[in-house]
Amino acid sequence: MDTPALAQRLAQRFPEVLEARGEVTITVEADELAQALLHLRDEPDLSFRFLSDVTCTDWPGLDPRYWLAYHLLSTEHRQRVRVKVGLPPEPDPPRVASAVPLFPTANWLEREVFDFYGVVFEGHPDLRRIEMPEDWVGHPLRKDHPLAGVNTQYKGAFIPPPDRRGL
Amino acid sequence: MPVQRLPGTRLGGTDGPGVDEEQEARRGVLLTTLGRAVAWARKNSMWPATFGLACCAIEMMATGAADYDLSRWGMEIFRASPRQADLMIVAGRVSQKMGPVLRRIYDQMPEPKWVISMGVCASTGGMFNNYGLIQGVDTIVPVDIYVPGCPPRPEMLMYGILRLHAKVQREARIK
Repeated sequence: MDTPALAQRLAQRFPEVLEARGEVTITVEADELAQALLHLRDEPDLSFRFLSDVTCTDWPGLDPRYWLAYHLLSTEHRQRVRVKVGLPPEPDPPRVASAVPLFPTANWLEREVFDFYGVVFEGHPDLRRIEMPEDWVGHPLRKDHPLAGVNTQYKGAFIPPPDRRGL
Repeated sequence: MPVQRLPGTRLGGTDGPGVDEEQEARRGVLLTTLGRAVAWARKNSMWPATFGLACCAIEMMATGAADYDLSRWGMEIFRASPRQADLMIVAGRVSQKMGPVLRRIYDQMPEPKWVISMGVCASTGGMFNNYGLIQGVDTIVPVDIYVPGCPPRPEMLMYGILRLHAKVQREARIK
């Protein structure tokens, strides 16, 4: 199945399918995410059995503010597909169903998104920070987090950057 | 036999001839204080902990290897265990998660101990002015010598080490 055929096949099930530059993107609602992933994984002519990445982007001031992207790979059909989910700015933190019951790789990937963006994945078995220290305050890849000049956080202490330390 | 002097050593008393220094030296006797002798031994046999974190570690390894040869100052063996080390050369950027590890290694080193912050990343965060890196390793451990550079050349690290040697010797005089 080539890419246009895949897009046509997916359009039978999903209302929003976009094919651009050889990549297929599906946009679904947050409450339909688990059903969509299950469909993509278990339909024999799709069989996207590997979740290769979960990413997020932050668009402050817009609704939806957060866009999650699930990148799926089908080794049988040599195809990839991207599933996008928009999350509103309220409530904060945003919530979405976890994909861990469907794809075990989602465990660490969703922990990373939680760490950097604060998205809470409901049903995740072990939703802890993965990259930043566990007592870190904030979610550093949100756009409202300062890009530079951040405090060094160390065991509860907040140490300002060198240019504001009065050295 | 030529007269040998330890650094900072003054033979004999301050008033009057007292001991004939030349004669004592010919007998192979050297006079100093215990503190100065201990400091002299410490600075001439420092044991650095292996603590390479990034590209600065490459320069640190080059400093220890044949071309630059840290063994000229008796410190070519980088110890894999902090229990056997008295000098920590923080060579490279320290991520937020590495901070507690670095502090633990420092705490495990026996006294007396010294720290060299090698390169701008270890000293101030350097070009990585963001959430990921600790903005200066001196927020976590006390630093004796800062070596600037990105990364510093082996000559610069050796200069920093020699400055540290002078500091170790000077500390004995203060005590």
